[in-house]
Amino acid sequence: MRLLREWMIRLLGALRPGRSDADLQEELRLHLELAAEDAQRRGEPPRNARLHTGGAAQAMEALRDQRGWPWLHSVSSDLVFAWRQLRKHRTASLAAILSLGLAVGATTAAFRLLDAVLLRTLPVAEPDRLFVLGWNSMTSQGEPDYRDDFDYPTFRRYKDAIGLNGDVMVVGTSARQLALVDNSTEPEPVMRQYYSGNVFPTFGLQPALGRLLTPSDDVAPGGHPVAVISYDYWMRRFAGDPSVIGRSFRIGRQPFEIVGVAPKGFTGTEPGRIADLFIPAMMNAQALNAPGWSWFRIWVRPNAGNSFEQVRELVQAQVGRDRQDTVKNFPSTTPGPLITAYLNEKILLAPAGNGASGPQRTFRRPLFILAGLVVLVLLIACANVANLLTAQAITRAREMALRVSIGAGRWRLIQLVLVESALLAICASLVGALFAWWAAPFVVSLLSQIGEPIRLVLDLDWRSVAFSLALTLTVTVLFGIAPALRASAVTPLSAIKGHDDSHANRRLVRSLIGAQMAFCLFVLFVAGLFATTLRNLSNRPLGFESERVLLLDINRPGERQPIHVWAALTDQIRGMPGVESAAFANWAPLSENRWRWPVYVAPRRAEEVSPYFLGVSPAYFDTMRIGMVGGRDFRIDDTPPTLDQEKRPVPGVGIVNETFSRVYFGAQNPVGRQVIVRPDKDMDVPMEIVGVVRDAVYYDLREPMRPTVYVPIEAGNQRTLFVRTAADPLALAATMRSEVSKTYKDTPVLATTQSTLIRRQVVRERLLATLSLFFAVLALLLAGIGLYGVLNYAVIQQRREIGIRMALGARATHVVKRVVTEMLSPVGLGAVVGLALGLAFGGLVESILFEVKATDASTIATPLLVLAVAAFLAALPPAIRAVRTDPAQTLRSE
Amino acid sequence: MLQGTLDLMVLQTLDTLGSQHGYAIAARLEQVSGGALQLNMGTLYPGLMRLEQRGLVKGSWGTTESNRKARFYALTAAGRRELAKEKQAWDRMTTIMQALLRGDA
Repeated sequence: MRLLREWMIRLLGALRPGRSDADLQEELRLHLELAAEDAQRRGEPPRNARLHTGGAAQAMEALRDQRGWPWLHSVSSDLVFAWRQLRKHRTASLAAILSLGLAVGATTAAFRLLDAVLLRTLPVAEPDRLFVLGWNSMTSQGEPDYRDDFDYPTFRRYKDAIGLNGDVMVVGTSARQLALVDNSTEPEPVMRQYYSGNVFPTFGLQPALGRLLTPSDDVAPGGHPVAVISYDYWMRRFAGDPSVIGRSFRIGRQPFEIVGVAPKGFTGTEPGRIADLFIPAMMNAQALNAPGWSWFRIWVRPNAGNSFEQVRELVQAQVGRDRQDTVKNFPSTTPGPLITAYLNEKILLAPAGNGASGPQRTFRRPLFILAGLVVLVLLIACANVANLLTAQAITRAREMALRVSIGAGRWRLIQLVLVESALLAICASLVGALFAWWAAPFVVSLLSQIGEPIRLVLDLDWRSVAFSLALTLTVTVLFGIAPALRASAVTPLSAIKGHDDSHANRRLVRSLIGAQMAFCLFVLFVAGLFATTLRNLSNRPLGFESERVLLLDINRPGERQPIHVWAALTDQIRGMPGVESAAFANWAPLSENRWRWPVYVAPRRAEEVSPYFLGVSPAYFDTMRIGMVGGRDFRIDDTPPTLDQEKRPVPGVGIVNETFSRVYFGAQNPVGRQVIVRPDKDMDVPMEIVGVVRDAVYYDLREPMRPTVYVPIEAGNQRTLFVRTAADPLALAATMRSEVSKTYKDTPVLATTQSTLIRRQVVRERLLATLSLFFAVLALLLAGIGLYGVLNYAVIQQRREIGIRMALGARATHVVKRVVTEMLSPVGLGAVVGLALGLAFGGLVESILFEVKATDASTIATPLLVLAVAAFLAALPPAIRAVRTDPAQTLRSE
Repeated sequence: MLQGTLDLMVLQTLDTLGSQHGYAIAARLEQVSGGALQLNMGTLYPGLMRLEQRGLVKGSWGTTESNRKARFYALTAAGRRELAKEKQAWDRMTTIMQALLRGDA
């Protein structure tokens, strides 16, 4: 306690003097006087008294030390000195702080994103014992794909197979729904997740209010109209009002009662999506007995005593039994090895402690790539700071020597330099924190698809703070230690004479410049690849005009709406002002829906990949501006090839695209020819081709034009209306919606545009291109600053030598050459290494590139050229400075 | 000098003589030790300051008999308690040391 009191007083003493120096001196003076008088009395010389009492100066020093914290005092004076140093080299310091700050900020932002999407553990009990079922399958183009959505009949079988060995849960994929809260008539978008009754108990969650879903809420199909809302939604929509319990909302025609609020921090199981509502899985009544309707993930927690592998084998056995049944329905021509592979396909149990979501999968690789790039940018910035500190250390060798010769200890010097680099790092991390604070939400907005926003929990939690802090500390230590050690090892004599080991320093600086150039070129190269990919994808010929097309998705549950109702609605819209034309179809191109049937042309076999099918109304091609090549458009009384209710074939007509025509008919005209469509096993339906249209993209912007068959559209529940408008399509959306609601009361209409769907297809590419270009600019800037700084410093250092040479008649070119040549080899070598790294990396990411290769001439030439120009610009001012050296003045000033 | 003994000596001196200034404390210690203990200012005054920071003594300006301005130090209540405690500890220690050294001889 006493000690604590002493420390407190000393701490205060360090900040504000307690007893003044004058006060202390007064006390000592009396002591000296009394001692002198005593000595006189004893008849001793005054010198004896002085020996007796010790020196007043030393006593004052000891008193001052006792008064405050000498260490604190020295640190604070070092800080003041460091601040003066920073201000003295204002440009260099500002460049170092800004470059380090931007880099630290970008790194922190990248870490926050990675953390929010991939790393953060769900706030549930025992997250490391949660798993999600999935398959490693193939896409139709033979690319590896991962699937983890299941239908309810499959869930029932797996649940029975696992039995009491684990908890098996339905965790619905988040879906955007329109809800009418209380008796409001204005639909609000909400994110809904279906949960089986055991999810909340298994997760070990406690309600923030009311109750959570229990197994008793998940018994009778359609019989549990209750919902739990998320804490976030409760705050956002209901302002945390506790009377929310018992209130109701409708989705479609189904009312729900709010029974509870989920705990704070639990935002669902899908990073990238934030759930608003949790509804019992039994409420998706139509889907419970529908095989093939995949709408959820299956989560598993093995019970104590069971390893996840044991549980996996139980499911695998069930998969084997299921598939034995399916194989019986395979066409008799299916090759044997294919059947064996199908029967033995391995089901996976993936760890789900960090959640499982589509965004997680889509952005896993891009985010790691971007994090890698940002680390390189950080390293470039670090090299700049190291260069700055090294250069300063050289100029300050004399100052250090002076400090040593007047008695500064080694530790004192190390402390001085460390305080300086700490100050630099603190300034930089302030800049970085500001930048990261701004940047992370900005990047999230880049990730977001319009109409289906990515929402992330980006609270500034302890993890990102810890990350920033750790980064800053590392950087401080990295850049502080080396100059500090070097400074402390200074030998006064050689330093004051002006001789130092500048060779070692130059070598260090050269290798730093080389590394900077290598990283910079690599980042440029990668950015080039991603930017070209985005450009190629955006400029890809679509086959239709996407501008000014409004899409209205109408979902009418219940009875199938006959074709003439849809046609009448379309006619009504076509007559409205501002509308050029209108049509309807099953869905819009690039809306992530597709439908394929095998097609045969006698006597040829079906193609390996079945063509796409799309049901469209008359005037669809006109509305989408897809050109007719031959034949005619559909008429309202045309019928598609199909099976009737007794599964008997009903012949129909169809329009094909040019690729279909080329693949199936070669150079012949397909109009008027008949093909065989096979909607079901061994069911052949004839279809007459009545027209040919130009190619248009259908499912994926990245795939080549595929054979496509358009058929007359049939009655149905869900249709997309296409409206080509004269001006901005979204401006008409509200009018259109109210027009639709005249025909269809209480039916939510989702309005979007064709351009939006296209942008949605390139979200990943846009993210990669935008951010990697940003990082490339940053890297280029930082590397340029670095090169400039080093050259400029070299010119200043060699000022005297240059002066002498010029006085002796050296030409300007020769002088410039001397200055620049030294850095030429590290720049060149760095560029070569960076290029090699880039080429290797380009091979790794080939699958996410579009129509661009790492080995393309322009891919290689552009970054080299950009780097060369940047290096030239960075070298220009120092070169000019060298040439302008005035020999007379320089020599006089030394 | 043993660590901490200066504190004990100063406290004991103040307890015996009452409020004193620095030079008087030093003179007293010198006298008691028969001239063996000569404290210089760099040891004495920081020591006094430390005691004051710990709240064991209290310093205030006053005048000496010869009418000179001096800073007088007095024991506080906490200082008295500390002195009693330290004395006990010291007694114990010396007993142990004596026993140990006798056994050695």
